[in-house]
Amino acid sequence: MRNPLSDRIVEIKPSGIRKFFDIVSEMDDAISLGVGEPDFDTPWHIRDEGIYSLEKGRTFYTSNTGLKELRQEIAAYLQRTQGVTYDPMKEVIVTVGGSEAIDIALRAMSNPGDEVLIPQPSYVSYEPCAILANAKPVIIELKEENEFRLTAQELRDAITDKTKVLILPFPNNPTGAIMEKKDLEEIAEVIREKDIFIISDEIYAELTYKEKHVSIVSLPGMQERTVLINGFSKAYAMTGWRLGYAAAPAPILQQMLKIHQFAIMCAPTTSQYAAIEALKNGDEDVAMMREAYNQRRRYLMHAFKEMGLQCFEPYGAFYVFPCIKEFGMTSDEFAERLLREEKVAVVPGTAFGDCGEGFLRISYAYSLENLQIAMEKIAAFIKRLREEKTGHKS
Amino acid sequence: MREQILAIIEKNSRISVKELAVILGAEEIDVANELKALEEEGIICGYHTMIDWEKTDIEKVTALIEVRITPQRGQGFDKLAERIYKYPEVNSVYLISGGYDLLVSLEGKSLKQVSSFVSDKLSTLDGVLSTATHFVLKKYKDHGTILGKKYEDTREMITP
Repeated sequence: MRNPLSDRIVEIKPSGIRKFFDIVSEMDDAISLGVGEPDFDTPWHIRDEGIYSLEKGRTFYTSNTGLKELRQEIAAYLQRTQGVTYDPMKEVIVTVGGSEAIDIALRAMSNPGDEVLIPQPSYVSYEPCAILANAKPVIIELKEENEFRLTAQELRDAITDKTKVLILPFPNNPTGAIMEKKDLEEIAEVIREKDIFIISDEIYAELTYKEKHVSIVSLPGMQERTVLINGFSKAYAMTGWRLGYAAAPAPILQQMLKIHQFAIMCAPTTSQYAAIEALKNGDEDVAMMREAYNQRRRYLMHAFKEMGLQCFEPYGAFYVFPCIKEFGMTSDEFAERLLREEKVAVVPGTAFGDCGEGFLRISYAYSLENLQIAMEKIAAFIKRLREEKTGHKS
Repeated sequence: MREQILAIIEKNSRISVKELAVILGAEEIDVANELKALEEEGIICGYHTMIDWEKTDIEKVTALIEVRITPQRGQGFDKLAERIYKYPEVNSVYLISGGYDLLVSLEGKSLKQVSSFVSDKLSTLDGVLSTATHFVLKKYKDHGTILGKKYEDTREMITP
């Protein structure tokens, strides 16, 4: 029999988080700090709208780009939060999660051999999606000393004649890093000068703890060269509804729509009705969840400080990214021992790129009580590691 | 900070001052002072425990009683409300807009005890025109907490 498989797909590495979760699922009493989705239920009034739409028999496809009312609400949201104007008829598409938007944006913009710049550590999909789009992923390694922000110099150093697109993944999973306006302004200058495009993944836009999120599209000349991606999963705790969106200049969006209509048809109808309610009346829920995350974030930073674990203060998403280099182990080794010895599951930083070596991703999408138990265990674990290292009890 | 403290301790009154300070990013001394001020101003009136008595062997009966009263000159409803809330078996007394005046909630050991309170004490008060007693059959949710349900993390492992 001939080989039925595509070489290009076979060559793509499976996600690094997988292996780890397999161990976790063998243990029934492990405390996981590994999950990348909110612990809150979708607010009831949003679920209620989904249910109501089903009762009314709204069980058909929507238009390919999504319900008109939802696209209008998305445009209104971008207007009120970023002060930018998008035409809901031509510049907004509703997708199956932010993930689909990443995929179709990359496919719509890449020619074979085009280079796509991917700052890492970052979400694990960008690299394989770039490969699937026939582009060549080029990694920019972000540094802890810059709080894992992308600097203009790092960007400049990575740009070649073939560079087409920069992926801008902020607020960042897994580091929790944000880019503030001044940081973005420096990036924008390079983007204009070198004439490249941006895919800005802003799925954690609502979850920042310093100042409100600033999108690069709000800077002069950037909207016309940016695909902005956002969605409902993180802000409104709607991961299972699978709903995201992209806002982009009409010529790019038109091509994204082609892939979307042939591969997906349209995003789930029930979810779209619920999402209208989320954008219309969900601000208070978002504020409540943001405050809860922020309290947990402060607690974790305090706990790390008490146990002497180095960690830069992240101001976005719901992750902290402590450094474990002092223990002389790889992230994988550390995470596996922590899991086996203390039954606490965290994700090794290397799951998000080689430069995540020496770091761990800890999610705080867990209740404070849960986090407190986990931190006690981690404190005990690293105390033991330090004793092992010095060879005696302190 | 005041509003945040209240929102947190309304759900969890056992949280320590130190923990409060950590999660609010504030100094312990400031949190302690704010709590003290809230108590002194009577904004924090007590620290209670939510108990699902259903799960114990102890018998309790809760009743909600609608009371229609005649307001008294110069004192409105307050005087009579005060007479009613002084009974220790009375849990809460609210002045209500609409079809009746006071909503009284009451806890007793048995149906008989509650009904004799209503017939002997409450309905015989001067100014009480009528009462309608509703016994609570089941509590689903109380003080924002769904009773009898434990939080369960149903998130599944997913990559990426």
